[in-house]
Amino acid sequence: MITPEQRAEFRKHFRYNVGRRIVLDKIVKVIVFSCVIIAIVPLVAILINTISNGAAALSWQFLTEIPGAVGSDEPGGIGPAIQGTIALIGVSSLIGVPIGVMGGIFLSEYGNNRYGRTVRFFNDVLAEFPTIVIGVFAFVLIVLTVGNFSLWAGSFALSIVMLPIIMRTTEESLKLVPVTYREAGYALGIRRYRVVFTIVLSSAKNGLITGILLAVARIAGETAPLVFTILGSSQFISGLDGPVDALPLRIWRLSSLPYDSAVTQGWGAAFILILMVLTINIGVRYIFLRSKEKRIIKLRKLGAAS
Amino acid sequence: MMTIKMKKGSPHIDKIFKYVAFAAATYVLAIIAMIVFNLITGSSQVWQQEGIRFLTGSDWNAVEGRESYGAAPYILGTLVNAGIAMLIAIPLSFGIAMFLSELSPKIMRTPLAMIIELLAAVPSVVYGLWGLLIFRGYIKDWIEVPLHNLFGDQSILFAGTPFGLDILTASIVLAIMIIPTIASISREIMLAVPNSQREAAYMLGATKWEAFRIAVLPYSKSGLIGAVILGLGRAVGETMAVTMLIGNATGPAALPTSLFQPGQTMASIMANEFAEASQGGLHLAALVGIGLILFLMAFAINVVAHLLVARVVKSHEGAVLA
Repeated sequence: MITPEQRAEFRKHFRYNVGRRIVLDKIVKVIVFSCVIIAIVPLVAILINTISNGAAALSWQFLTEIPGAVGSDEPGGIGPAIQGTIALIGVSSLIGVPIGVMGGIFLSEYGNNRYGRTVRFFNDVLAEFPTIVIGVFAFVLIVLTVGNFSLWAGSFALSIVMLPIIMRTTEESLKLVPVTYREAGYALGIRRYRVVFTIVLSSAKNGLITGILLAVARIAGETAPLVFTILGSSQFISGLDGPVDALPLRIWRLSSLPYDSAVTQGWGAAFILILMVLTINIGVRYIFLRSKEKRIIKLRKLGAAS
Repeated sequence: MMTIKMKKGSPHIDKIFKYVAFAAATYVLAIIAMIVFNLITGSSQVWQQEGIRFLTGSDWNAVEGRESYGAAPYILGTLVNAGIAMLIAIPLSFGIAMFLSELSPKIMRTPLAMIIELLAAVPSVVYGLWGLLIFRGYIKDWIEVPLHNLFGDQSILFAGTPFGLDILTASIVLAIMIIPTIASISREIMLAVPNSQREAAYMLGATKWEAFRIAVLPYSKSGLIGAVILGLGRAVGETMAVTMLIGNATGPAALPTSLFQPGQTMASIMANEFAEASQGGLHLAALVGIGLILFLMAFAINVVAHLLVARVVKSHEGAVLA
């Protein structure tokens, strides 16, 4: 039999123990919450500063004209940088997208073996490489051999940056297409390549577009590979084999100039760059969310049918 | 007649298709092999000239006739810079991940996770610009000057004139940059822990923190380590923001001795001095050689991280099947 004294003793211990644990839980919650606040404040500050400072610099002249002479009263604009970034994205997509999509097809359709796993592993490693190393590589391979900085060299470097992203997302989204779709195609006697192109790729369209757009957003902001390959210029593009300018490179150059007008222009260029990157990212998430809903509906239909 | 129509074309076309896909996948391996090869040939000159001194020496002189290159200060600078950034970023990222996966109310979860992922997409040059034009002023006036006045020159950590462009500023901005990366991967890994684990802990009367400690943490440990190492890989290779903020010392002066002293990392010296190096010279070979060291370092870090993350994913697949 437990005496009332023992019971009281036990209750005291229990209360002490539970109280201590609840206090510890509260302390941890406060710490975690302050972690979130501490981390979020600078991150949000970056967005707000860039948008408020950058919006002030915007004008038609700023977007279209060539940069003025350094330190002169005429600040000019960042026209060549915007044009250069768009050209770089275009040319590197021409190289990176077909190879990335084909590689993704290989990994998902033929990659269920040792070789596929090796490629997948090194692809993941390549995705996290320091991009400056890729820039040095493109410099040694192309710029040193050909003898001049060019749009080609920059696009080649950027295509290496985008390749692993596209390959990985292509593979993931092709794998989401049910095997039964493919089997339906084979049953109709359609060749394998046509099954992949007409059935699998069109079913995985959203995922493919997501991957490509995310890769574009990534290379739009890459600076390090461009330092070694396109050099920068203050003129509009004259040809594929000459130096060009790009937005991130222009921001870097502007940031090292000690003039107020350069600082304002730097913010303006950063604003345009962030606008591009975030628009693509938010847009992609919107597509992706919608496609996920669709997929769930599709799955429900399949479940109802079986 | 339908089948005949569909089987038209060369019978080899499926094979050709497979070979094209195979070639595209092989392209990735070829690129990595070519990166190694080109970095070695591009830097062979400096290895011949300096030998092992290129790794251990601290002289950095590009004047013709007195050329001498040692990468030790930049290797150390990279390690110190990334190390301080990791010290700041790891607790904060784990806090965010834990908040998002365990504590946050449902309404806040999606928007907060989305903000974190968007911030991971902001280009590094924008972080650099913000650090240079805004954050530098705050850190100089609010942290560096008070600390310097308090401890003065006699303390090793805070010696040097606080100027804002130094190892401390670069490390903090680097930490801000890698927080979204580590936080979003850690969140994914914590969310992958089956709810039955948490429920079992709650059933035993655990508080939220106890459930996290005894159910979530052991289950996701190796994945979290993988996330940290991936963040480290990013921190080591990060170029633009660090270049804009670290102050760019060269030679023995770049040896990281104080927080308030300009430093230099491997990536930043490449970006900075590249324009001054003449083609075919020893200076350029030295920069490419630093690229080779950085490549090997990042490669090793990433291989370890991916092996760890892959193991977690594999064990989860097993759990789903079981």
